[in-house]
Amino acid sequence: MATYNLTVNGTPRSVEAEPDMPLLWVLRDELGLVGTKYGCGIGACGACTVHLDGIAMRSCSLPVGQLDGEAITTIEGLSENGDHPVQLAWLEHDVPQCGYCQAGQMMSAASLLGNSPGADDAEISASMSGNICRCGTYTRIHAAVKTAAKKMS
Amino acid sequence: MSVQHTSRRSFLKVSAATGGGLMLGLSWLTSCESDKANKADPELQMPAEWVTVNAFLKIGDNGVVTIMSPNPEIGQNVKTSMPMIVAEELDVDWKNVIVEQAGLDTENYTRQLAGGSQSIRHGWEPLRKTGAMARYLLVAAAAQQLEVDASELRTENGVIYHDGSDRSLGYGEVASLAATLTPPEEVTLKDPADFKIIGHGKKNVDARKIVKGEPLYGLDVQREGMMYAAIVHPPAFGLKLKSVDDTEARSMPGIHDVVTIDARPEGVEQQWSDVNAFPQLVAVVGNNTWRVLQAKKALKIEWESDSAPESTAGHRSALEDLLNDGKAEEARRDGDPEAAFASAATVVERSYSAPFLPHNTMEPMNFFAHVTEDKAELVGPIQTPEFLRKTVSALLNMPEEKIDIMMTRMGGGFGRRLYGNFGVEAVLISKAAGGIPVKLVYSREDDMTQGTYRPEYLVRYRAGLDEDGKLIAFHVRGTGANESPVFANRFPAGTVDNYLAENLSIETNVSTGAWRAPRSNFIAGAEQAFLDEVAEAAGKDPIEFRLELFERAKTDPVGEDNDYDAERYAGVLELVRDKSGWNTNDDKRGVAAYYCHNSYVAQVLELEMKGSEPRVTEVHCAVDCGIVVNPEGALNQIQGGIIDGIGHALYGAVTFTDGKPDQQNFDTYRLIRHAEAPQSIHTHFVDNGIAPTGLGEPSLPPVIGALANAIYRASGERVYEQPFAKPRELKG
Repeated sequence: MATYNLTVNGTPRSVEAEPDMPLLWVLRDELGLVGTKYGCGIGACGACTVHLDGIAMRSCSLPVGQLDGEAITTIEGLSENGDHPVQLAWLEHDVPQCGYCQAGQMMSAASLLGNSPGADDAEISASMSGNICRCGTYTRIHAAVKTAAKKMS
Repeated sequence: MSVQHTSRRSFLKVSAATGGGLMLGLSWLTSCESDKANKADPELQMPAEWVTVNAFLKIGDNGVVTIMSPNPEIGQNVKTSMPMIVAEELDVDWKNVIVEQAGLDTENYTRQLAGGSQSIRHGWEPLRKTGAMARYLLVAAAAQQLEVDASELRTENGVIYHDGSDRSLGYGEVASLAATLTPPEEVTLKDPADFKIIGHGKKNVDARKIVKGEPLYGLDVQREGMMYAAIVHPPAFGLKLKSVDDTEARSMPGIHDVVTIDARPEGVEQQWSDVNAFPQLVAVVGNNTWRVLQAKKALKIEWESDSAPESTAGHRSALEDLLNDGKAEEARRDGDPEAAFASAATVVERSYSAPFLPHNTMEPMNFFAHVTEDKAELVGPIQTPEFLRKTVSALLNMPEEKIDIMMTRMGGGFGRRLYGNFGVEAVLISKAAGGIPVKLVYSREDDMTQGTYRPEYLVRYRAGLDEDGKLIAFHVRGTGANESPVFANRFPAGTVDNYLAENLSIETNVSTGAWRAPRSNFIAGAEQAFLDEVAEAAGKDPIEFRLELFERAKTDPVGEDNDYDAERYAGVLELVRDKSGWNTNDDKRGVAAYYCHNSYVAQVLELEMKGSEPRVTEVHCAVDCGIVVNPEGALNQIQGGIIDGIGHALYGAVTFTDGKPDQQNFDTYRLIRHAEAPQSIHTHFVDNGIAPTGLGEPSLPPVIGALANAIYRASGERVYEQPFAKPRELKG
């Protein structure tokens, strides 16, 4: 066990954990930030996507021991009032069915558009394909990413 | 779900806003929701005081209305669509409606179950009556207050008007008086032509919380002093627990306890929902999910044989043997099929198969439980809370009224959460660990390898055509592990003079259960692919061929038990033909139609071949589900069902080697992804004013047939074995 200092959603947080505990479980079980979801634990489904310095990462595969001093953004911190263009586009297109994967989907979309605001259809499809939606809302996700892209570019 | 109107106890009293939901007297409601309600408008002002009108309704002094949603929400959107029905008849502005999830409460609600696409169908009339009943009482109260006859009053958007004297009262101003009045026996319902909410798309009431990542799901439950638990189950079907050495695991950081539980002790009554191959489990309890998952690996467990291990190759050969030689149960016989086949000019015979499928909800199985001496609190994702409570009651020897169950929003269900073994396990772990609050969480591997899988199926069809290409004989012979997929009275039964349907099945120690559109999820694709081939053999367009059969069913049906309305069935096929611009010579398009779960769906699907893999580009879908309560949610269900069906038909399979599932996580189990999904789905509803039926399932089954038929048109090859994209390698 060691103490790690992270900045989570702009707030300094300090956690006691084993160095190999994945960020996902630090967020969920140690810090009580349960918006980041567990789906597979092997980086294959994207439900646990967060931003590490603005880049989408799978928090289930990031050991906290490598993150001391790093800045993390989770879905809870994507915007203060739920009004990031991606969140607004998700509401506009009424994307969610069960909704469980959508935090990860939105974090992937926000990272994509943050780094490539003019992303075209092919780019959207390719970079959103790391996030599984078992309900099959991909058509709406795609449309929502395009709407958000328009607002962000 | 229906409403019990007769009980006076559901017409209760004024309660302060701070105690929102006191009318049900259950502990979970005190923590529930007024402060975090599902407001359509985030700026909506909360009332100072609530009046509880009945178990479904609270009316605030400022006219804001809370509608309880009793059915479990698994993503089928009933938490939005069912309250819409109440709000319509109540005649309130949807903007002033707040929706709260109700917990299990069998005194005030019935059929609190998510399954079979039945919530809207069963809820339609009772929910309308609930809203209309409340409206009646509010009007009656206003009549008293204004000293006029109720017949002189009208309502609009939560306000009662007396036009004669130009006076009006808001619902909030008369609610406390209304709550003291006796409800009438009968109420008048609105003319559907006057609907202002039903038929007008409303967005998911939980959407704002979802996009902000607020806690909604069972996996998100947090409680003071709560521990986390993980289970270890036998690694293969056919094994059971022999012994466990937990010395090392107990010494690991954060580990609180290691317990052994038995969900099926002798003499304890089981419910239909208690499907579980592994009742004896080891559970690790600790202060962090990851720590308990790590500690699982340190357990030294011996397993012993419970039954013979099975493999996919063994299942397949047993099914083939049975299909070839087994003595079947005859489910339906019309005419003389044997003679008709003997006289047929052409006989087409084809077999179709599909593997076991796990549900793979994105939220793995989990449940919170806190069992103490005299009560049990359960919170989590469950499609069948009433049955879970019965089992828990029997296992704990505790009266049902001491067991509270709160349903959380579910991260998918697809049938898996009909079978509440994870809830039972959480209860037993909480008890065994000394009555602590505990949240059981399955790892993805636990979830995929302790399934209630969609059964494996194999079916053989034969069709006999006369010299003019007319269908004169039809034979379907189905088998599966552990059920036959055949619906004997569905189409094309009733359209052909000589018809035979037969059922066979083998036993298996692999646990199976309902999976989105049970049996239909396989048989629709098989049947619709077969009919495509029969139409081709008859030299007819596949849509025209089907329409001729429906014409027969309309004008001169064979038999009396035909389980479909040929008019509506043909209607969706004609609609999709017209809307898609169907052309017999399209070389990348396939068509299919199916009726299940009381709704009719027809689809035309278009694809491209990317190398050997099909990529669906466009789907046209015609749907007859009667009145569409919430078009926004309905479209989402249809799109999702189409993508889900395409994905599982192309890629889905779990196989077994020596009883062990070969796929355990998403690195080896392929689910459809964004780039593989069609981006163009056009849905067309039949507008016929018929009472509504469900949409959670019906769009999935036919798309598998449309896909198979499009693959044939695009590649020249017929596909008979799912998954279509990657032929399964049989092992073991």
